Amino acid sequence: MWVVRVTAAASPQTSTPACPTENAVVLDAVTYGYDPRRPVLRGIDMTIPRGKVVAIMGGSGCGKTTILRLIGGQLQPQAGRVLVAGESVPDMDRDALYAMRRKIGMLFQFGALFTDLNVFENIAFTLREHTNLPDELIRDLVLMKLNAVGLRGTAHLEPAELSGGMARRVALARAIALDPMLVLYDEPFAGLDPISLGVVGQLIRELNDALGITSVVVTHDVYESLKIVDYLYFVSEGKIVASGTPDEVRASSDPFVRQFVDGQPDGPVRFHYPAPPYHKALLADVE
Amino acid sequence: MSDLALALRRLGGTVTGGVARLGYMARFLGAILWQTPMAFRRLHLTVREIYFSGVLSLVIILMSGLFVGMVLALQGYEVLQRYGAQEQLGLVVALSLVRELAPVIGGLLFASRAGSAITAEIGLMKATEQLSAMEMMAVDPIARVVAPRFWAGVVSMPLLAALFSAFGIFGGYLIGVRMIEIDAGAFWGQMQAGVKVWPDITNGVIKSIVFGAAVSLIAVLEGYDAKPTAEGVSSATTRTVVISSLAILALDFVLTAFMFRGVGL
Repeated sequence: MWVVRVTAAASPQTSTPACPTENAVVLDAVTYGYDPRRPVLRGIDMTIPRGKVVAIMGGSGCGKTTILRLIGGQLQPQAGRVLVAGESVPDMDRDALYAMRRKIGMLFQFGALFTDLNVFENIAFTLREHTNLPDELIRDLVLMKLNAVGLRGTAHLEPAELSGGMARRVALARAIALDPMLVLYDEPFAGLDPISLGVVGQLIRELNDALGITSVVVTHDVYESLKIVDYLYFVSEGKIVASGTPDEVRASSDPFVRQFVDGQPDGPVRFHYPAPPYHKALLADVE
Repeated sequence: MSDLALALRRLGGTVTGGVARLGYMARFLGAILWQTPMAFRRLHLTVREIYFSGVLSLVIILMSGLFVGMVLALQGYEVLQRYGAQEQLGLVVALSLVRELAPVIGGLLFASRAGSAITAEIGLMKATEQLSAMEMMAVDPIARVVAPRFWAGVVSMPLLAALFSAFGIFGGYLIGVRMIEIDAGAFWGQMQAGVKVWPDITNGVIKSIVFGAAVSLIAVLEGYDAKPTAEGVSSATTRTVVISSLAILALDFVLTAFMFRGVGL
């Protein structure tokens, strides 16, 4: 166990002066555990300003995706507050929650495209569900979204015919179909080749700026994140152990940040899972 | 004593677990019924599922019906001729099919063919986060995915059972009239005179509707509740077939008991 330390104590607002004061998402002392006796998140404080790209980083199983599910209202915190656009998510009734979700896009880890619909219908899905737009207008909107991710030519393809990177881009087009104010990305870089990875990273940044949305990117890809985000939070063992702008992270001497950025196998995050002393385990049979 | 206590505890756990599961199933059915108006606003989804559950089950249902009818005719003739009542063969085949075999065997085949497919599909949608994606798009998966599949099963099952009966009777005709050469007029005439719309046909239709609802509910619930892993989906699919089959046989006994009492037999 290492000492919890925050390299950049300042909030993202002060680190990025151009950022507006209004926050898209606020997590205030949030605690959550799938088993309440073993919390995954313990008193998380996080502020995500409107219009920014913020990364939440950490090792596998540290609770990054749980944070996204709390923001989206799929989970209820056991303590603390989750605010989206100033509204408390856990206090919303079903109608209010669904109304909020219409303003949120989410990109799932492997796209989660609907396998019974082709690419065009996947993107048209939310437009058909939540609007009464005529088919001609839906067609134009879908083609515009697909064009934004460079895949207008795939409209007629089935999800099974897409590569991993293409599926992720189609899912991104689907996530922005209703012009959301906030887009949540769950491991958008996982399993992608370097070209696709760069393309997806660039799209996240460009779409964020062009559409004026706010982006929360959950990832463990340090290098790609440092290129595109405005601010990073590092989560480990249910707590925020470090945070800062990309420049601050690069310059950080925090042991956790260094281990994560440099990809060191051992450090504050131990290589070995906790176990009895090695020699005792080996000699147990002899004794 | 401790063994007895342990056994009682296990028995109690099994019983309370079963009751809790039934309660969960009732709540799930309530959620489906609540979302049904929303699901019927997109009727094409239910029609599409009727195609997948019903039309794609036709081959197995029709072939099974044909062979069951043929076997019934052979077995029935063997018994009836002992009493010189072989001309009653058409009636025996038709009553057996319409009242009992078409709903039950049709239901078992429907559970194996369509029920397992529904569970696997919904389970895989869950495992690949498609249901979560739908929720995050403010679309209720119960209305969009579950309810259309449930109602498709309720609609398809009686139609499949009717076709099972029709092909079974045709199989009986092939054996009885064409092969054994029973008089065709007697075969059809006895059937026409002996099979009543109520209780025979109506009771068969009621049974098939109940079996269709039971199989569909079990299939969608198991899929929706499956662990989002390959093993979880596989187990859920197996459970659908096993529980549906047992439910059909148990419900058949209950319904038959009520129906016989209803006609004063």
